[in-house]
Amino acid sequence: MSDFVVSAERVTKTFGKGGVTALQEIDLEVGRGEFISLIGPSGCGKSTLLRVIGDLVEPTAGEILVNGKSAHRARLDRDYGIVFQAAVLYDWRTVSKNISLPLELGGWDRARRANRVREMVELVELEGFEKHYPWQLSGGMQQRVSIARALSFSPALLLMDEPFGALDEMTRERLNLELLRIWAETGSTVIFVTHSISEAVFLSTRVVVMSARPGRITAIVPIDLRQPRTAETREEPRFFELVTEVREALHAGGADEIVAELEALE
Amino acid sequence: MTPARPRPFDKAAALTTRVATLLFVLLVLWGLWEGYRWLWIKTGWTKPFVVDETTLPHLHDIVGALFESPQVGGPLLIDLLLDSALFTAKEAVVGFAIGATIGFLLGAVIARFQVLQRGLMPYVVASQTIPILAVAPIVVVGLGSLTISGWTPEDWMRVSVIAAYLTFFPVTVNTVRGLSSADPAAVELMESYAASGWAVFWKLRVPSALPYLFSAFKVAATASVVGAVIGELPSSIQDGLGGAIINFNQYYVLNPENLWATNLIAALLGISFFLVVVLVEKLVVRRGPEELV
Amino acid sequence: MTTIAHQPSTRRGRTLGQRAGKWAPAVAVFGLGLVAWQWILPALGIERFLLPPFWDVVTAFWESRDELVRAGWITFQEALGGFALGCSLAFLFALVLARWRPLGRALMPYLIAANAVPIVAFAPITNAWFGILSPWSKIVIAAVLCFFPVLVNTLRGLTSVRPESLELMRSYAAGQPSVFRRVRIPNSLPFVFSALKIASVLAMIGAVVGDYFGGSTEALGVQIVSAVSLAQYETAWAAILVASVLGIAFYAAVALAERLALRWHPSMRGDSE
Repeated sequence: MSDFVVSAERVTKTFGKGGVTALQEIDLEVGRGEFISLIGPSGCGKSTLLRVIGDLVEPTAGEILVNGKSAHRARLDRDYGIVFQAAVLYDWRTVSKNISLPLELGGWDRARRANRVREMVELVELEGFEKHYPWQLSGGMQQRVSIARALSFSPALLLMDEPFGALDEMTRERLNLELLRIWAETGSTVIFVTHSISEAVFLSTRVVVMSARPGRITAIVPIDLRQPRTAETREEPRFFELVTEVREALHAGGADEIVAELEALE
Repeated sequence: MTPARPRPFDKAAALTTRVATLLFVLLVLWGLWEGYRWLWIKTGWTKPFVVDETTLPHLHDIVGALFESPQVGGPLLIDLLLDSALFTAKEAVVGFAIGATIGFLLGAVIARFQVLQRGLMPYVVASQTIPILAVAPIVVVGLGSLTISGWTPEDWMRVSVIAAYLTFFPVTVNTVRGLSSADPAAVELMESYAASGWAVFWKLRVPSALPYLFSAFKVAATASVVGAVIGELPSSIQDGLGGAIINFNQYYVLNPENLWATNLIAALLGISFFLVVVLVEKLVVRRGPEELV
Repeated sequence: MTTIAHQPSTRRGRTLGQRAGKWAPAVAVFGLGLVAWQWILPALGIERFLLPPFWDVVTAFWESRDELVRAGWITFQEALGGFALGCSLAFLFALVLARWRPLGRALMPYLIAANAVPIVAFAPITNAWFGILSPWSKIVIAAVLCFFPVLVNTLRGLTSVRPESLELMRSYAAGQPSVFRRVRIPNSLPFVFSALKIASVLAMIGAVVGDYFGGSTEALGVQIVSAVSLAQYETAWAAILVASVLGIAFYAAVALAERLALRWHPSMRGDSE
């Protein structure tokens, strides 16, 4: 059908008999190599949308295609990797073994796994920590392991659910830069859920703004900042203009009270 | 998405489901029992043990035996057993109360003084690995000759000592753990209010310790019943369930159902003690019970 | 480059003096306890049947050491057999109940209640099944005593996996056997070992106390009860000592296995008390 990695048509999701509508008629197309952020107030369904794309939640209505196949097929073919807000590493596995988990499930042989783990460790700059256990690492490092794991089988698509939400500001900004570097190096497509307007604008090629429940897409803001983005990008005038644009789109989506909170956090 | 407050109808429905599950489980157990029995008798298998009316009586015979008199013209079995159960229960309750109180006090003292903790705790914990029940005969028989300023303890009191002993250790261990489990930040908050030591103890540490305490109480409740039953054996006390077991064991070949019925009552006694603790916990600890800490 | 949160602590980091200082109070109490046992208690007039002086017990043990050791070994084997039987059945059931969750959830309250039944009271019945002299009557008691706590705790451990973990496995299109092997079972290990420690104690209790309803003379329980009935309290205490030592050894063995199996667990960092 297309060169779109994700193609969502009129996707709707209601939960329970009481009919809580998390997503309403979502239309979204994500091209190859894009970096898309989903932003919106709490409960706007952005995490649900991410999970629908990942076939972890079934839509009540609408069609969703991932990599040209059904989301279900895409999951079975392991076309995407997912990173959660909590690193979800296994305590009983070292860093190396955590990264190699999906490879083991994919039936890779030992030599191939070892090679790929080495590549991934280099990619996320965690050399020297291969034999460490998760509790020996800081939060930021755990998330890097989580990212390495998600990318270990070179999926076309990377789904991220507020991965840096539990980290402090400085670690966040550093990991943002690293994520962009990794994105450039691997050429994967990223769908990134966040609460932070500045993070969304900094990272993305397009920002998808969602409204409060029932979740609809209020606006899609193209981010025309120069690539590759650097720490200085945050100080360009165009950056602030885009942040304001996104903020106003959030307001328009009925997110007034929540936006005040978001502003206070920034 | 906040859940709606359960309406009376929902509560009634939940209760009915509970009762229905209980009946279903009992039915399945009855089916398994009778099925096993029928199968083993039919095929004549001798492993793991021979099955006949003596080794595995019909369930309905066992229940039926409750409503007959083991001695001609005497009281019904169920009356006898309930009396015995009450006797054993008395021993267990008194023992539990004493053991729990002493355990809590000792635990509170140990929790307060670090030195005591390091000196005593290894032993208190280690004592839980010792088959304490093995001491029962000595304690019960030995205390039989004890006189404190002219007063001789009654038979059942000696058995209570066993129950107290079995309750004491888990309660002490969990009291220490529970009292020390208060969130340090919460303690600092109390101190910022210039709260006195007693206030911190009663308003913060004790409530934090409750889940641990109730976990210990559940273990101790069962242990007191077991301790009471075992304690009755060597002292040849006739009035309790232990005595009943010995009694009916002697005539097992003639009337196996009586011994089985006794075990049934003993099992129900143990379960009811446990349920009482669970109930009290539900009332005292609004949070809802921890199942097996 | 981000800094490391904390170095993995090494045992070498604690000096000998520090560690000795930590254990000093416990050792002191042990010494005091022995002293009290040998001299203070008799001085207080504690009757010799309640607690004979330490040395008398040791002498009694030495005199009957052959009998006691043989009885101890046999009782230990019964406990071990019951432990093995009860725990393996418990693991099996736990895996089944974890696989079919609704069944597990429905049965949980009953399993917990079953734990409250005085199982030891069934000893006369197992005696009738297997014969009063057979070790099987005690093994079955020990096995049933172990079964419920191990089942409940293993089931807990198998099912207390965080949802994101399961979502992660779904994203890898992993099948149920994989999820069990790679996630649920390793996750349950701390729970399992905690239950196994309890079970080791229960198995010993089952084996020893089961004899109180009658058994072969080559068993500790019978030794204890017959010694008491003959007013040979020193021998009785000697037998109890043997049972205690065996009980502690069993527990320690399980604790050691726990240490080895759970090397990755944060609580095994070496700072635990």
